[in-house]
Amino acid sequence: MKDFAASDPTDLLDDLIVCPQCDAAFRMKKPENGERAVCQRCHKVLIAPRRNAGLHIIAVAFAVLFLIVGAAVFPFLTIDAAGNKNAVSILDAALAFSGGPMIVLSLATAALIVFVPLARVLLTLYVLIPVVLDRPAARHAIRAFRVSEALRPWSMAEIFAIGCAVALVKVADLATVGFGPAFWMFGILVVLVIAQDNFMCKWSVWYRLEHPKNS
Amino acid sequence: MGTPVCGRCGHKLQSRDPLSLQRVWALWIVGALCYIPANTYPMLRTQTLFQVDESTIISGAVEMAHHGSFGIAAIILIASVVIPLSKFWAIAYLAVSVKSPTRVSNHRRQMLYEVVEYIGRWSMIDIFVVAILSALVQLKTLASINPGPASIFFALSVIFTMLSAQAFDSRMIWDVQAENEDPKHDE
Repeated sequence: MKDFAASDPTDLLDDLIVCPQCDAAFRMKKPENGERAVCQRCHKVLIAPRRNAGLHIIAVAFAVLFLIVGAAVFPFLTIDAAGNKNAVSILDAALAFSGGPMIVLSLATAALIVFVPLARVLLTLYVLIPVVLDRPAARHAIRAFRVSEALRPWSMAEIFAIGCAVALVKVADLATVGFGPAFWMFGILVVLVIAQDNFMCKWSVWYRLEHPKNS
Repeated sequence: MGTPVCGRCGHKLQSRDPLSLQRVWALWIVGALCYIPANTYPMLRTQTLFQVDESTIISGAVEMAHHGSFGIAAIILIASVVIPLSKFWAIAYLAVSVKSPTRVSNHRRQMLYEVVEYIGRWSMIDIFVVAILSALVQLKTLASINPGPASIFFALSVIFTMLSAQAFDSRMIWDVQAENEDPKHDE
């Protein structure tokens, strides 16, 4: 990483930033907290640092971690029709496709709803805690952050939440549906996951991983 | 520039992947093929006291509309029919447009790409609804709901179109402009 820091052309390269979306190259001027650097050609936000973003993300990540575990374990929805009762947890819902090739779908659903969001939170904590504490980056932190970013589109908690609403309306005339504790946990979880994605400035994280001691 | 690996994140470096469009089309075709059985096979098997009811995506939505829940019918139709079909169209259009001249501005096409990337995941909603319903509605003899074979094809179709959209390199949209114009883009 820092091997070529002394040579001249890379000094120049350090001032350059390339838009990942349209490949335009710009001379970089680091924005202040709350400001944003935007690609002039395609208007993608390149850098958007915030004050204490790292701390906020870590706090939210811990909340998300507890909520995921809670939401996965506690009953999620209960149904009651003419004396027949049934309570399901989120894992039950994810594993509803059983038998034959459907098991693949079960595993995929469980991954999309529970395990991918969980993995992203753990990776985020692993990468950011040393950075925020001004320690040297954790081992393999760079690879961990790359994996976490690659998983981003596959984390579908918020979609599952809307799916719940649709399912509830479908069942409502068939039976009485009650909410378990996990339902409310999951509702908060969705808001937090979205907030966390908005706090995160990728460029700042990469920068801090490369320059752990500065600022 | 010599180094095949990114000095920052360790990912393989390649200025432009010459196979990008091929992968887009290959995944697109698989996704489109999976979308056909997803609509012809039943999505839900509803067993009530005396009857077994099998409904496909569209017939399920129509039934909801008959019961008066137009909002839910609209959500299902938009998430499972309108979004996937417009996604197939949008990805195909983008892939064609980087090879042949088009009058639509780069900004418009970039925006289209962003919309496709953002909205593609939302098609999974139908799979989740099926999952919740079949886990929840298991009331012995009274009523039970089970997933039909369409669910697996639908999930595959969504996943493959997401991969297809990811295989598309948005920088290709801008390359055409860069070739035509003065390639200097400072500040």
